[in-house]
Amino acid sequence: MNYQVNEKGYYGNFGGAYIPEMLYPNVEYLRQHYLEIIYEDGFQGEFHQLLTDYVGRPSPLFLAGQLSERYGTTIFLKREDLNHTGAHKINNTIGQVLLAERLGKKRIIAETGAGQHGVATATVCALKGLECVVYMGEVDIQRQAPNVARMKMMGAKVVPAKSGSKTLKDATNEAMRDWINHPEDTHYIIGSVVGPHPYPDMVARFQSIISAETKKQLKEKTGSENPNYVIACVGGGSNAMGMFYHFLEDEQVQLIAVEAAGKGIYSGHSAATSILGKEGVLHGCRTIFMQTGDGQVVEPYSISAGLDYPGIGPQHAYLQRIGRAKYVSITDDEAMQAGKLCAQLEGIIPAIESAHGLAYLEKMKFFGNETVAICLSGRGDKDLDTYMNYFKW
Amino acid sequence: MNRLNYLFANKQEPILSIYFTAGYPNLNSTLAIAEALEKAGANFIEIGFPFSDPLADGPIIQYSSQKALENGMSLKALFDQLKDLRKRVSIPVVLMGYVNPVFQYGVEAFCDQAAAVGVDGMIIPDLPMEEYQELYQDYFTRNHLSNIFLVTPQTSPERIRQIDALSTGFIYLLSCSATTGKNLQISDETEAYFRRIKEMKLNNPTMVGFGIFDKQSFKMASQYTRGAIIGSAFVRLLAEQDGIERIPEFIRSIRY
Repeated sequence: MNYQVNEKGYYGNFGGAYIPEMLYPNVEYLRQHYLEIIYEDGFQGEFHQLLTDYVGRPSPLFLAGQLSERYGTTIFLKREDLNHTGAHKINNTIGQVLLAERLGKKRIIAETGAGQHGVATATVCALKGLECVVYMGEVDIQRQAPNVARMKMMGAKVVPAKSGSKTLKDATNEAMRDWINHPEDTHYIIGSVVGPHPYPDMVARFQSIISAETKKQLKEKTGSENPNYVIACVGGGSNAMGMFYHFLEDEQVQLIAVEAAGKGIYSGHSAATSILGKEGVLHGCRTIFMQTGDGQVVEPYSISAGLDYPGIGPQHAYLQRIGRAKYVSITDDEAMQAGKLCAQLEGIIPAIESAHGLAYLEKMKFFGNETVAICLSGRGDKDLDTYMNYFKW
Repeated sequence: MNRLNYLFANKQEPILSIYFTAGYPNLNSTLAIAEALEKAGANFIEIGFPFSDPLADGPIIQYSSQKALENGMSLKALFDQLKDLRKRVSIPVVLMGYVNPVFQYGVEAFCDQAAAVGVDGMIIPDLPMEEYQELYQDYFTRNHLSNIFLVTPQTSPERIRQIDALSTGFIYLLSCSATTGKNLQISDETEAYFRRIKEMKLNNPTMVGFGIFDKQSFKMASQYTRGAIIGSAFVRLLAEQDGIERIPEFIRSIRY
């Protein structure tokens, strides 16, 4: 079975490049050249060097003893939270900034929700001496103040997105508008496996380092490179795509993608996209997202800013539709409890995004000693205020 | 031949087209504005159907789209309003908007319905040319609807030729790569681009849009093409209390 993008830029019915002509020359150039650029020896050498020396890869695969005991199975955490800048996002921004250099672009733009992708972009721009502009919803700027400070500290300009719901989807619109207005000198670093082809595939390839390492580490620790289950949270879906990537063809491995149910799937305050969504075109690709019968985008909700996106990437839409991965959802309350449990049993404070993945363990039934690998996509430092308010500490 | 083709075949003077968002400023202002534009001397009109995430639009059309949606505008509501279109308006009418509402309505139903109420063409900037050709072109042609594509200064000559081969109404030249509502800065570069397109001797007529806002920019664009389209500058007028009454004055200020 082929789970990867075809030559036309589609995963089954999903994907493509639904963009106005203003974006066509840049996107088309990328489409024609991205593979040759990113697989060129010099690129790969620099990419892996930076992942090792700057990001701190490989990230550990940690046997979570007390969680394993509690759930009666073997649980491994893939520690993307230990990367430089505190999340998996930097794997992609390192790759894309090297790409931008080779495209001769002098200016970088990005969108950000929780601020993790914005921080990871500001970081690589500082590293490479490139101008950096990050669009962030006005609402998110207020709820993620520490990340705004980090971006500014590294010299990035943070521009508030004031349209629509003033969150991630609006920041993405603003970034696309910026790119339309600066087609010559600017590269747009999209932070997730969304957007027009080739972005979903390109971002997935940069993030696939997560599953490449996980396989190798599992082999060393358990004798088998394949676990029974692989779990990751999904907003747009970049950590999940990176965590699933090298397991896709191992059909015996069950892939579980955890979405944010917010206050309950049908509460009207949810980001359970694959259940509430329908097929359509958002941000340049055909995928599944939450919309009205008239095709207007519906605002999602999650306590976690990083999962607060109305759609999922086209490859996820495809994996969901053909049943290769299972898409489930976890409420705010369940995620917050799981975050606390992980902190208290393992001494690791997860990002609320990642806590959604951990929370799904409560809903699973294990048979004998099975192996679970969970992507701990980011650390919870940015979420301490939210945790404190929630638990009324 | 639809009304648009007839216009381009017969009109000698520069053609002025006006864009506005359906359902703005009021849900039911759509037809009244269209009528007023025809009376005032616009040669054809583009009616925008709103989308929640208009990523090629600047603040003015973002605002009108958002207000229109709040007013209750949808494709279904628009087609209901346009039932009397041809009793009240005789100039060509083009619908413009993003592809997602069209997908939800159904492309075939959208084309059939548009033709039934007397629409002449469509501008759907995020519908890829290849996709149109493979999947939807038949719905347009059998309904005599022109599908209008955009060209920017960065569009390659080969692609312009492809677009010309696929177009049946006119080609929409963007004055520069930009979102809507940024006033055109006339430069040697812009003129060189218009001249380059003119020298390609395309089969289809060309119109300039994005950034055209006053007499001077309209005149400059019309030197190299068949005319120009004004959007944001007109929508800004509609935002004013007596905007609709001032339509004749606005059109005069461009034309004379």
